[in-house]
Amino acid sequence: MPEPKDQAPVVRLRGVRKQFGPDTTAASGQPIHALDGIDLDVHQGELVCLLGPSGCGKSTLLNVIAGFVKPDAGTVEAFGRPVVAPGPERAMVFQEYALFPWMTVSENIAFGLEIKKAPAAQVRETVEALLAKLSLRGFGDRFPKDLSGGMRQRVAIARALAVDSPMLLMDEPFGALDALTRRSMQEELLRIWGELRKTIVFVTHGIDESVVLADRVVVMTYRPGTVKRIVEVGLPRPRQPASPGFAAVLAELTALVQEEQMRHERDEASAGAI
Amino acid sequence: MIRALRSLAAPLVVLLCWEATCRFAHVSPAILPPPSQVARKWIEYLRGGELAADALSTLFRVAVGFALGAGLALPLGLWMGARDRVYTVFNPLIQVLRPIPPIAWIPLSILWFGLGNPPSFFLIALGAFFPVLMNTIAGVRNVDAIYLRVAQNLGASSATLFRRVLLPGAMPQILAGLRIGVGVAFICVIVAEMIAVNNGLGYRILEAREYFWSDKIIAGMITIGLIGLVIDTGMARLNDRLLRWHRGIESA
Ligand SMILES: Nc1ncnc2c1ncn2[C@@H]1O[C@H](COP(=O)(O)OP(=O)(O)OP(=O)(O)O)[C@@H](O)[C@H]1O
Ligand SMILES: [Mg+2]
Repeated sequence: MPEPKDQAPVVRLRGVRKQFGPDTTAASGQPIHALDGIDLDVHQGELVCLLGPSGCGKSTLLNVIAGFVKPDAGTVEAFGRPVVAPGPERAMVFQEYALFPWMTVSENIAFGLEIKKAPAAQVRETVEALLAKLSLRGFGDRFPKDLSGGMRQRVAIARALAVDSPMLLMDEPFGALDALTRRSMQEELLRIWGELRKTIVFVTHGIDESVVLADRVVVMTYRPGTVKRIVEVGLPRPRQPASPGFAAVLAELTALVQEEQMRHERDEASAGAI
Repeated sequence: MIRALRSLAAPLVVLLCWEATCRFAHVSPAILPPPSQVARKWIEYLRGGELAADALSTLFRVAVGFALGAGLALPLGLWMGARDRVYTVFNPLIQVLRPIPPIAWIPLSILWFGLGNPPSFFLIALGAFFPVLMNTIAGVRNVDAIYLRVAQNLGASSATLFRRVLLPGAMPQILAGLRIGVGVAFICVIVAEMIAVNNGLGYRILEAREYFWSDKIIAGMITIGLIGLVIDTGMARLNDRLLRWHRGIESA
């Protein structure tokens, strides 16, 4: 959906650079340019996907917005203030789910509310609602070790949703789901997003997933991680692979990602030849 | 049932061989009495009330010494594990003291505390202290950083972080440390009793040697073994109860 451009973005990145290393264990001893010169605005209520090959810096970029990674250069603002630390107004769904194994499913979901010292009745109500919404009913008293990968991922999403933050940062949240579950989770996410008007930054390496979900897709380059192109999807929702226009956007994004993949493989090959 | 029989098989075979050796090889009972004689002695020891009194004083010493040692090691370990600066301050001292076996402290402990219970408490506390401390430190430091990130992301205060994330995350290793600590405390109590006091199981088996009562020595040793087994089983139960969430090798 077109955003009024006069409205200040909720996330504003300018010239963000992040370098890891130099890695003394790697043969090259070269620093890894995870991010370089990233400029990005995310507007209120927007759903933006970060797309790129594995290792291009998507998680790093999300961690910069979340306040876990300090950039070496550049500015990061959220809600008009510089990002200095993590906070619950930027709730994150981690790539590794990171459920607390010592808490039951319900306790995991309730943790953010526990921190806020929400009244017990409200906590119970929220947890019940989320268990139902994410098809986890009856699993509230189980421990994470008893759940399947897909269920764990849904608990992680529920935990982030429970704090009802205006922004969600999601790192490949559907990566471990089978195709069918992923489809229904995508629909569920779009429903929640439509209903609650959250701003979502969603990392994926699924090109079709980004077309189904995003208002805009940010295609990233590999080492250094930069913004290669920002593609406006602009198709009406709900979107299906068969919807008109879907194939065209998919093809455009696929071409961009493949180009990047090939450049990366060529670099690897020439680096290996030395 | 079948499991119970299976775990009894090895001890039974050992007992039978032992009995047979003593009977048919004419081993002097002063060197190695047959198990039947040990059993008779054990019952006599029990009937006289001496066994219960000894076992109780031994257990009392373990309880006090362990409570002291673990009671100091736990908070210090949590503090050192959670705060890098505290770790840097205390770690060199601990690394120097840790390799000294508790037994090596006997002379000093007697000089400092004289004879009786105080030096035993000291030795037992010392023996329990280090395993509990080291495991607690490692447990806290090994809590995966991703859990800290999640908690910070949700806005947890450092008190909540400690209580809800670091402490439960470190619990498996803390419990392992406590279990090792109890074991070491048990070794230390027997040694201390052989040296510093005149009752308890450790004292009793040394006393029995003076009179060449090898049956009583063995009866005492078996009592020590059984008490150790009961304590360790209790610790394992506690472990299972507190770590229902844990996906370890034992629960698998
Ligand atoms: N803490 C770190 N220390 C050193 N290098 C790191 C660190 N974090 C990330 N990197 C490197 O930075 C690059 C980008 O990593 P990042 O995790 O952001 O990639 P990604 O796009 O999320 O990949 P994936 O799709 O596999 O999750 C990688 O090459 C990685 O090796
Ligand atoms: Mg990643």
